Amino acid sequence: MWFLALCSFERESAMPQPSISKTMTTGESGLAFIFAVAAFLCLVASAKALDAPFAFHAGLSAAASLAAVFFIINRYYDRPAALPPAEINGRPNYNMGPIKFSSFMAMFWGIAGFLVGLIIASQLAWPALNFDLPWIQFGRLRPLHTSAVIFAFGGNVLIATSFYVVQKSSRARLVGDLAPWFVVLGYNYFILIAGTGYLLGVTQSKEYAEPEWYADLWLTIVWVTYLLVFLGTVIKRKEPHIFVANWFYLAFIVTIAVLHLGNNPALPVSFFGSKSYVAWGGIQDAMFQWWYGHNAVGFFLTAGFLAIMYYFIPKRAQRPIYSYRLSIIHFWALIFLYIWAGPHHLHYTALPDWTQTLGMTFSIMLWMPSWGGMINGLMTLSGAWDKLRTDPVLRMLVVSVAFYGMSTFEGPMMSIKVVNSLSHYTDWTIGHVHSGALGWVGFVSFGALYCLVPWAWNRKGLYSLKLVNWHFWIATLGIVLYISAMWVSGILQGLMWRAYTSLGFLEYSFIETVEAMHPFYIIRAAGGGLFLIGSLIMAYNLWMTVRVGEQEVQIPVALQPAE
Amino acid sequence: MKAILTLDNLASSLVTTIWTPVFVAIFLAIITHAFWPRNKAAFDEAARLPLREE
Repeated sequence: MWFLALCSFERESAMPQPSISKTMTTGESGLAFIFAVAAFLCLVASAKALDAPFAFHAGLSAAASLAAVFFIINRYYDRPAALPPAEINGRPNYNMGPIKFSSFMAMFWGIAGFLVGLIIASQLAWPALNFDLPWIQFGRLRPLHTSAVIFAFGGNVLIATSFYVVQKSSRARLVGDLAPWFVVLGYNYFILIAGTGYLLGVTQSKEYAEPEWYADLWLTIVWVTYLLVFLGTVIKRKEPHIFVANWFYLAFIVTIAVLHLGNNPALPVSFFGSKSYVAWGGIQDAMFQWWYGHNAVGFFLTAGFLAIMYYFIPKRAQRPIYSYRLSIIHFWALIFLYIWAGPHHLHYTALPDWTQTLGMTFSIMLWMPSWGGMINGLMTLSGAWDKLRTDPVLRMLVVSVAFYGMSTFEGPMMSIKVVNSLSHYTDWTIGHVHSGALGWVGFVSFGALYCLVPWAWNRKGLYSLKLVNWHFWIATLGIVLYISAMWVSGILQGLMWRAYTSLGFLEYSFIETVEAMHPFYIIRAAGGGLFLIGSLIMAYNLWMTVRVGEQEVQIPVALQPAE
Repeated sequence: MKAILTLDNLASSLVTTIWTPVFVAIFLAIITHAFWPRNKAAFDEAARLPLREE
């Protein structure tokens, strides 16, 4: 567990304690007991498993449960008798351990996810690259890529930043002793189960909700704990006002819980096998799936990262939020509108026409809050625009907001039925998703991690701003190549599909349209490659920041009164 | 077809009729709250929250 050493695991809270007799907390003994029982049950499940992937996952879970028991007991022997205090000398004693772990995992999964993306982009350009191996064929690697970048990279960024922001803006230590660790470790274990499952062919074939029933159950437990830790910290806050970023984080956590429970009811064929069947079929299932799918975009990829925008941009620019009133309206307008937009994924399907139109209407209405939020983020720089020239981290954050504006303009436009009749099922959709994912979510996450790593590890600054600059330009070039290739390819594809000859026959066979995509697939892969190179530069920079960065001097003074 | 009034469809039509004005009213109340002149100072203060911590 070398990375725990890197996280300098909870050392910051170690300080001389008055001697009290040391006993295990109820949480420690209870959780150790539960994991011991879980290890036994998983072992039984592994022995009775009906299929090989389930046996593997059950065995892995038995081992992980045993490791958890060991971790809890070992941690108990290592820690001082008293648990870390909530405050030291009147200053909140912030809990940075789980934040460091999540930041580290975010970087790790980010690189893995971008790499898998590059592999599947190359497979599309040169199909021979799947080497006829089932584990690395496109159909299995694609969910691995989407889950790795959205849930593993994005999810760890969101957990890390939310744990940081909720503590700082509430001026309170994260509640719970083991609970925050349970959240970060449990979440990453879910990613591991989901990802290895995809490679072994375990999937329930729902986009962005591919993990099977047992992984879903585990995620539910982890996610509820996450909600409780976050909510508990907000409740314990010293700051009377609940900062807007925490509202966005809370909306993200609550809605993801609701979406996850709504979309995943399924009946396992056996409790000892990986396969399950979804509770409802047909168009109901499709509607539920895209209610889930689009709100994963709305609340995971939007609300959560908007929380990052509302905290990290003001903090980095050293400017107040442009309009706090607008942020309140931004928040509630998103909450009221987003949840209805899902049907635009099902235009011209068996979904009732009025439902399609409803989805389209709400998607178009989303223009306003999205752009209101974008303007709020950008205008926060008023009086500090010059910093864009000197601070590449701030530039990354601001460009991410510009991409947010661009993709939230494009999305509603594509949700209009006549536009969708051209764009749907083409590469245009892929281009749109990636302008949001690489430009908005990627860049805002990079910007946040560039801020968070020096803060959490208590460093004066980053190892090299020059390298951030390189990362910024290489990744930007990659995004431009990616999305422009997909725009051209997608529109070309759509036009070729609908082209008729003068006699009323389809002008192009399907394979001719595939052939026409080839050059764009190569350009796209090149763009993805540049984005990956940028992230490797970032990983090196962050690594060196932690390893050789200068320690920030802690001034042990009492809390300043708010001015 | 003649609609038959049952407790079920009465409840359902009440719910489907009422939620739109209710949600609109809640949203308008939020906007009013956000723009209420007396709240301005508190919001301006909250906008600075990330800058004045620790």
